[in-house]
Amino acid sequence: MSKFSLSDKAFDRLNFLFVLLITIIIIYPLIFVISASISDPHAVNTGKMWLWPVDVTFEGFQRVFQNDAIWIGYKNTIIYTVVGVIVHLFVLLPAAYALSRKELMGKKAWLWFILFTMLFNGGLIPTYLVVRNLQMLDTMWAIVIPGVVGAWSILVARTFFQQTIPDQLVEAAKIDGASDIYLFFKVVLPLSMPIIAVMALFHGVALWNQYFNALIYLRTEDKFPLQLILRQILILNEVSADSASSAAGSAQSFADQIKTASLVKYAVIIVSALPLLIVYPFLQRFFVKGVLIGSVKE
Amino acid sequence: MAKDQSIQRGKRATIKKSFQRNWQLYLFMMPVFLYFFIFHYIPMYGVQIAFKDYFATLGIWGSEWVGFEHFERFFSSYYFWRLLKNTIILNLYMLVLFPLPIILALAFNELRNGAFKKWTQTLTYAPHFISVVVVVGMLVAFLDPNTGLINHLLRALGIDSIPFLTSPDWFRHIFVWSGQWQTLGWSTIIYLAALAGVNPELHEAAKVDGATRMQRILRINIPSIMPTIVILFILNIGNFMQIGFEKVLLMQNTLNSETSDVIQTFVYETGILEGQYSFAAAVGLFESAINIVLLITVNQIARKVSENSLW
Repeated sequence: MSKFSLSDKAFDRLNFLFVLLITIIIIYPLIFVISASISDPHAVNTGKMWLWPVDVTFEGFQRVFQNDAIWIGYKNTIIYTVVGVIVHLFVLLPAAYALSRKELMGKKAWLWFILFTMLFNGGLIPTYLVVRNLQMLDTMWAIVIPGVVGAWSILVARTFFQQTIPDQLVEAAKIDGASDIYLFFKVVLPLSMPIIAVMALFHGVALWNQYFNALIYLRTEDKFPLQLILRQILILNEVSADSASSAAGSAQSFADQIKTASLVKYAVIIVSALPLLIVYPFLQRFFVKGVLIGSVKE
Repeated sequence: MAKDQSIQRGKRATIKKSFQRNWQLYLFMMPVFLYFFIFHYIPMYGVQIAFKDYFATLGIWGSEWVGFEHFERFFSSYYFWRLLKNTIILNLYMLVLFPLPIILALAFNELRNGAFKKWTQTLTYAPHFISVVVVVGMLVAFLDPNTGLINHLLRALGIDSIPFLTSPDWFRHIFVWSGQWQTLGWSTIIYLAALAGVNPELHEAAKVDGATRMQRILRINIPSIMPTIVILFILNIGNFMQIGFEKVLLMQNTLNSETSDVIQTFVYETGILEGQYSFAAAVGLFESAINIVLLITVNQIARKVSENSLW
């Protein structure tokens, strides 16, 4: 080990540079996207723009806001996310609370019932067939219900309840004649805001960002969430004049369409990630907490 | 626990009484019970279509048994080895990079400047919140042969532009390293928490003995967080073969399919797109089986070698 006889000072400097370098590498693509979204597409496509915006223009954002498909996708994503988070909490919290109570009989069986799904699942096709047989295809419920809760979240929330809701509190309330339902809403939930926030955030971000369930379960374009619209624009390159400006579409020159495509591309990334980018710095604490509660092994 | 057991063993009367007093708790379990029953246990029951010839009109139960026909067809098909090879290589590649977040966490942990530490952490976590669609969209933009930033750079250096996204040779590197870009920072969180729990007395004692920073990292920090590392490693293996399939699907095209065809995308293609439900279910089941065997094996090894295991 004597090879590593770096002085502490030299170590500190090297370590500082190492972390700085990693951070720059990670953050650079994000800065590029932000700059590109307000730069002239020609400067972006020819490589003239590489860090700061060149020939600033907000046309990309204008075209994004004029695009009906994006608006509809945005609206759908908001609906799916809000409804999904509500259903998630409705399924998750009561169960996690019940599992944290020692009066619940057959706790081992309940936990096995839930944990087994982490180890084994039917897979894509059998799950798809269930969703189809329930007539959920092409409805919001196919996005919201499958995957509404995972074994991991239940365990995390249960651990939280076990640690923060004192047994004496529950017992005292029960002696006073309070029912479990009353207790849950009036005593437990008010004490559990941190875990509710964490769970809602995690599930909300997952719903906001997911595309695959929508890809397999939805058919009608009016119901597509934002991520599927993004897939069309960013990856399949199906951008174009199918926006409000489609009347002028035929007159649009090919070069102009390419210009639109690259204009819209970066702006739409920003618009789609905006809600998360705005809340993230404020909520980072909660996200980190969520990961940490989850890592506590009993 | 003792109470639980005594209730289980105990007389019916006690059970009835307990149920009457706590029936609302069981009501609380209902949504979760229904969800897992319908969306996890019924599909497990439905897995039997892998051994049947599923027709929607006949239903799962009414369809005819065909034994291992679908499995045989899959194993003997020319694409079987390609799918298996691609799936394994891609996942091994990701597994090899497993130590990267540990290294970054160790580096974060040594930073003396609190504000710098906080900022770099916040910034490196950010990509975690970007959707896979956007990540792949960014790859498409950055790696474009004509307009992409990377190829502009290559041309400036006198190198011909490379069609990264349509090249089978590049698919794995791009997939794995863009994944690292997205998750590296976020994955340090758990290790940082473990590092915060390292006993400071160990460091004090080592300092007195004249140990350097590097020695203390290697001899104190890494051994202290070993249990966390082992658990996360097992969990990683548990997801072996499944990681990132949704991203593979987005990055896949006919030109790079030689390396980007993996088992899961194949299940999607044959099952969802072509409607060969039984065949696709068989392929999916094959993959789940490998996963379970891997998870159990690694857990067993970890238990013997390091006393840390999931169960």
